[in-house]
Amino acid sequence: MARGHLKIFLGMAAGVGKTYRMLQEGQAEAEAGRDVVIGYLEPHERPATAAQAVGLETLPRRGMSYRGNRIEDMDLTGILTRRPELCLIDELAHTNAPGGAHEKRYEDVEDVLAAGIDVYSTVNVQHLESLNDTVCELTGVRVRETLPDAVLTGADEVVLVDITPQSLIERLLAGKIYRSEAIQPALDNFFKIENLSALREVALRQVAEDVEAKRLPAETGLAVRASNRRERLIDTQAQQAIGERLLALVTPQPRAQRVVRRAWRSSQRLGAELDVLWVSRGTPTAEQEEQLEALRRLASVLGAHMLVEHGDDVAIVTQQVARDRGTTYILMGTPHERGAVARMLRPGLAQRLLTQLPGIDLRIVADRTRAVERFAEEEDL
Amino acid sequence: MSWLRRESRATATLERPKDGKRILFPFDAHGLSSTALDAALRLARSQGGTLVPVFLARVPLHLPLDAALPRQSQLAVPMQDAVEQRATKANVPVDSRIERGRSYRHALRQTIEHERFDMIVLAAAAGEGPGFGASDVAWLLANAPGEIVVLRPAPDTDLTHTIRES
Repeated sequence: MARGHLKIFLGMAAGVGKTYRMLQEGQAEAEAGRDVVIGYLEPHERPATAAQAVGLETLPRRGMSYRGNRIEDMDLTGILTRRPELCLIDELAHTNAPGGAHEKRYEDVEDVLAAGIDVYSTVNVQHLESLNDTVCELTGVRVRETLPDAVLTGADEVVLVDITPQSLIERLLAGKIYRSEAIQPALDNFFKIENLSALREVALRQVAEDVEAKRLPAETGLAVRASNRRERLIDTQAQQAIGERLLALVTPQPRAQRVVRRAWRSSQRLGAELDVLWVSRGTPTAEQEEQLEALRRLASVLGAHMLVEHGDDVAIVTQQVARDRGTTYILMGTPHERGAVARMLRPGLAQRLLTQLPGIDLRIVADRTRAVERFAEEEDL
Repeated sequence: MSWLRRESRATATLERPKDGKRILFPFDAHGLSSTALDAALRLARSQGGTLVPVFLARVPLHLPLDAALPRQSQLAVPMQDAVEQRATKANVPVDSRIERGRSYRHALRQTIEHERFDMIVLAAAAGEGPGFGASDVAWLLANAPGEIVVLRPAPDTDLTHTIRES
C-alpha cells in the first residue's frame, strides 16, 4: 500500500492562520471530489476558523477521564476505520492524553500515513526540536511540546503561512486569536514584535533549508507523489533547482583567473553561490601548483568554493559535481580548438556537458587574448 | 597551406613565456594610475615578461585574515578586467592576483612571500592621487627581492574613475 502524502502548514506563532489555511485547502480538495474528513480540529474559539470547517465531515473524538476530568483527543482508530482519502489533523506537535496508541500526535499521523491516507497538518516553528533552544533564547519561552525535525523534513510538502508581526499583533488586539482576558498577558509575554520578528526569520529560514534539503537528494531518483497519489519518478537529470548555483570550470593557468572573475560577477548578479572546479588528471606540476594556489586565494577572497577533483574524464567528473552541488549554471573558458578528426571521434567538452546535463545553462567565457590575436591577424591581411 | 598556418596563428593565445620575467604591478582600492600601468606594460613587453597586476585588499581587524571580501572584490574585479584588457591590447601576457593583508603593505609582503617576481613596478603617489607613499617605497626597497622600478609621480589619469563611471 502506498504511503499517504503529508502536507504541513508551518507558522511562526499561534494566530497566523495555519488552521484556517489547512481547512481552506481541505475544502478545495473536497470540492474537487476527494473524500476529506477532519480528524482533529482545534478551533480555539475562532469563529472564522470554525466557519471554514462547515461542510466537512468531522470525525468524533476519543473521550476519556484523566485525574477526574473529562478530556477529548483525536481518535486514531476511528480515522483508520473510516479510511478517508484526506484527513485534516491540527496541532501536529500535540502530546496525546494518556491511554492512546501513542504518546505524540505525530506518531498517530505516521499510522494514518502508513494506512495510505493523505494528511494535512499544522505546526508552529518553535515546536521543532532543533530550534527549541534557539526559540527559548530569542523569546525567553521554553516550548514543552516538541516535534522531531525529521517529521518536517520527511513531509512531502511544507507550506509557510506567513504574516507580518505587526499584522499578527493587530489580529491579537482585535480578539481574533485569544479571548479578551488572554490578550494582555499574551502581549506581555510571547507576542512582542521582536519575538515575532525573530520567529518569523527562523520559520522562513527553516522552510528555505527544507527546500534546499529536498533539492539535493542523495538518491539517484526522486520520488514525487502526485496529487492523485500515483507515484511517478522524476529523473534527477531533469531536476530543476530552486536557487541558482554557479560552477566555474578552470584549469590552473593564468586565464582561469578571468573565468573565475566573470563567474563571480554573474553569481553576484544572481545572488548565487559559486563553486570553482579543477578536474586534475594526475600530479600537478610545480607551475600548476602555483596557479592552483593563486586560484585558491582568489576563490577565498571572492567567497567562492574551490574544488579539486581527480578523474580522467572532465565531463563525467563535472557532471557528478554539478549534481552533488545543485549547479544550475556552468561557466568555462574557451576550449582549445580541436582538429576535424578529433571532433568527429569525440564531441567537445561543452557539447558533452550540454548533452549530459540538461536543464543546466552553459556559458563560455571569451578569451580576450584570442580576440586580440584575431584582430591583429585581420589587420595583417 | 597558407590558410592552415593562418588558422594556427589566429588561435594561439598569449601564453606565459617559459622562463620569462614576472613583473609585479601592485595597486589598491585608492586607484590605479593609467600612466604607471602603461609604463609597466611597456617594460613587460620589452623584456618579454608576464605582467602580474595585484590588487591589494585590506582586511579590517574585526575580520579573520582569510575572510571573503565581496565589497572590495566589487572594485577589484572590474579593475583587473580593465588592466587585462589593456595588457591584451599591448600584447603582454597577464596573470592577475588579489592579495589580502591587514594593510596594503602587509598585502604586498604576502604577495612577495607567496610568489617569485623578477621585477616590481610601483607607482609612487602624487599628492592625493593613486599610488604608494614614500614610506611604502622605502620599505619595499629595503625588503623586496629583485629589481624595483618606482615611477615618478606625473600628471595622470586614474583608471579607477573610468571603471567606476562605466
